[in-house]
Amino acid sequence: MRRLRTSAMAAGALALSVTLVAAGCGSSKDTDKPAASKAVSQAEIDAAMDTPTTLDFWTWVPIKDEIKLFEQKYPKIKVNVINNADASQQYVKLRAALKARKGVPDVAQIGYDRIPSFTQTKSLLDLTPYGGANLKSQYVEGIWSQVEQNGGVWAIPQDSGPVATLYRNDIFKKAGVESPKTWANFGAAAQKIKSQTGAYITNLPGNDMPQLLAYFSQAGASPFSYDGKQTVGVSVDSEIPQKVVGYWQDLISKGLVSTDPDFTDAWYQGLSRGKYASWLTAAWGPVFLQGTAKNTSGKWSVAGLPQWAAGQNVSANWGGSSDAVMAGSQHPIQAYMLAKFINGDPASTLKLANDQFLFPTTKATLADPKFTDAKAPFYGGQQVNKFFADVTGTVAQNQQWLPFMDYANSSFDETLGKAISDHGDLKAALTAWQKKLVDYAKQQGFTVK
Amino acid sequence: MRAGQTRTAWILVIPFLVVFTAFFIVPLGYSAYLSMFTSKLVGGEVFSGFDNYTRALHDPAFWAGMRRVVIFLLVQVPIMLGFSIALALALDSGRVRGGRVVRMLIFVPYAVPSVVATLMWGYLYGVDNGLITQLFDKAGLDAPNLLSEHTVLGSTMNIVCWEFIGYNMIVLYAALRTIPNEIYEAAEVDGAGQWRIALRIKLPALRPAILLTVIFSIIGSFQLFNEPNLLFNIAPDAVGTDFTPNLYAYNVAFKNQEINYAAAIAFLLGMVIMIVSFAVQIAANRKGRPA
Repeated sequence: MRRLRTSAMAAGALALSVTLVAAGCGSSKDTDKPAASKAVSQAEIDAAMDTPTTLDFWTWVPIKDEIKLFEQKYPKIKVNVINNADASQQYVKLRAALKARKGVPDVAQIGYDRIPSFTQTKSLLDLTPYGGANLKSQYVEGIWSQVEQNGGVWAIPQDSGPVATLYRNDIFKKAGVESPKTWANFGAAAQKIKSQTGAYITNLPGNDMPQLLAYFSQAGASPFSYDGKQTVGVSVDSEIPQKVVGYWQDLISKGLVSTDPDFTDAWYQGLSRGKYASWLTAAWGPVFLQGTAKNTSGKWSVAGLPQWAAGQNVSANWGGSSDAVMAGSQHPIQAYMLAKFINGDPASTLKLANDQFLFPTTKATLADPKFTDAKAPFYGGQQVNKFFADVTGTVAQNQQWLPFMDYANSSFDETLGKAISDHGDLKAALTAWQKKLVDYAKQQGFTVK
Repeated sequence: MRAGQTRTAWILVIPFLVVFTAFFIVPLGYSAYLSMFTSKLVGGEVFSGFDNYTRALHDPAFWAGMRRVVIFLLVQVPIMLGFSIALALALDSGRVRGGRVVRMLIFVPYAVPSVVATLMWGYLYGVDNGLITQLFDKAGLDAPNLLSEHTVLGSTMNIVCWEFIGYNMIVLYAALRTIPNEIYEAAEVDGAGQWRIALRIKLPALRPAILLTVIFSIIGSFQLFNEPNLLFNIAPDAVGTDFTPNLYAYNVAFKNQEINYAAAIAFLLGMVIMIVSFAVQIAANRKGRPA
């Protein structure tokens, strides 16, 4: 409504020009990179690190201190950090830059779930010739498998999100329930909590595909696959996801679980006023919650995810990101060294963990007492970091992604997400989502397995 | 003489033409060009003629958005302009004490960026703890959910009214000020009261200004974007990605990465706006012709 002064013709033009910016000039399937195909020697690396260079680094993490460490170690290299507001903004800008073939950074932070979408367009540099594959042993196995796929190492892991339960011990106590060990217990506890305290045991948002995918993963499903070329697999409408949504459907229809969209104002308030008795969340959740629900300090505890069978101990990963070198970078060696340093140097990774609250991916930091021994008063003095570090080892290693997770996300919102919000038929919505994904994949020229 | 004049005219017009071509014709042409292709993640770009347009015409998401903006147009615009006209007439009658201050106050919302306005209203609407909910709770009543799928269109109308009543009021008020005083004097001499003057002199004189605000509002309605785009963050389950055609084109371009399809949607939208605007203009002119 702001653009009132334009004529009728301009109306169309304005909407169009938005699309134009992104369209740039032509497609950019092939990249003209000075990339190495054979191994880069140490001498070459040393020479490069002694050459005055400026690197552009896009990230949504306030990462200045870690950059300082890097620049101290390699004084010839200057890093120009560009902070984008959040992941989704960064992807939009990055794709626009890639299409325009202009202003593409040397290094960019990319979530694990989006790596295939950038390798599909050949936008990432394979780090193998630079020594990327040798870093494998430093990182948690399940996480490393997210960056090394289809014959290449596409990024260096930065943070991860093993999932556990944060719960209000006071509400649970009032209802007379322990933190539930199985999903069956969880349902029974939900009943008690609702009748005794009026709170919902938890909230299932209709706008958070990654959370649902984590539940699917924990139950043993891997609904997506991609072979790195032209074949994708989509099986969201299959037995395990059906079981999972059927379970939630039951809790929703009984009014035991709320379905507020998350990361909204109403949801923040719900957390701080005890509307939800727990939040099933990833390792990046505790610090976030601490900031959001300050008034409930000391009332929260952490426990593992409920299990599908008694005696099991399986978690899933939700979120997390890596630093990738863009294929067009004119300084691939220096760019690789930056990604490697930020996410591998012990001082830098510890800083990322303790100051930026990025949950570590290196085995060393996960075992570092300077990280694990921290006691959080918000969680009644529990060693939350240590708890999540232990969960890391139990994460199901079945998560794979489609090369078009943006679409997966928006079509989730329109189908399954909408059904969750509207308390509709979740299983039918799963079928609808499946159809949308398959249609889109075919339309984009993929073979659907 | 004449040739010289023509040359001067061209020289004066050229800067405009250059800018107009560079920032209007070329992008428009390029968009039209883009909309004729289909870009696939596998296989790249191929020429596809009018496929994108056919697809858009069969796309329920596009039509759902269209339906919403048409409802918006039919409900919100009359309410908004009704208020604007009433306020302009009231201020112009000179009977409002502190008219200047009132005028400023009514106009101020227009000066608030729509982003800020939407966020502010978003907080007021807040489902669990918003001000409106709190007031209802205090009064012991059930608070309506103003951010549900069924109410959010109305909530958006309210925001846009709040933003633009003042703006339209100023346009109309300015038009009223151009009516020569003699006419009023003559009317008063003839014994017409304020009501009669308003109905018989001011409103007819306002016709062109009203038509202008109507056209602006039609375009504005079809282009609705900022408000739903921001409300999406506050109530993602109520505002989908296809709430308005503009928002849909944006999401298709940047979330689904189908830039060609987005260009086609934008073009269709532009055409619809043109047709509706012209239709309104022609209808109004026909009626305006003296019998």
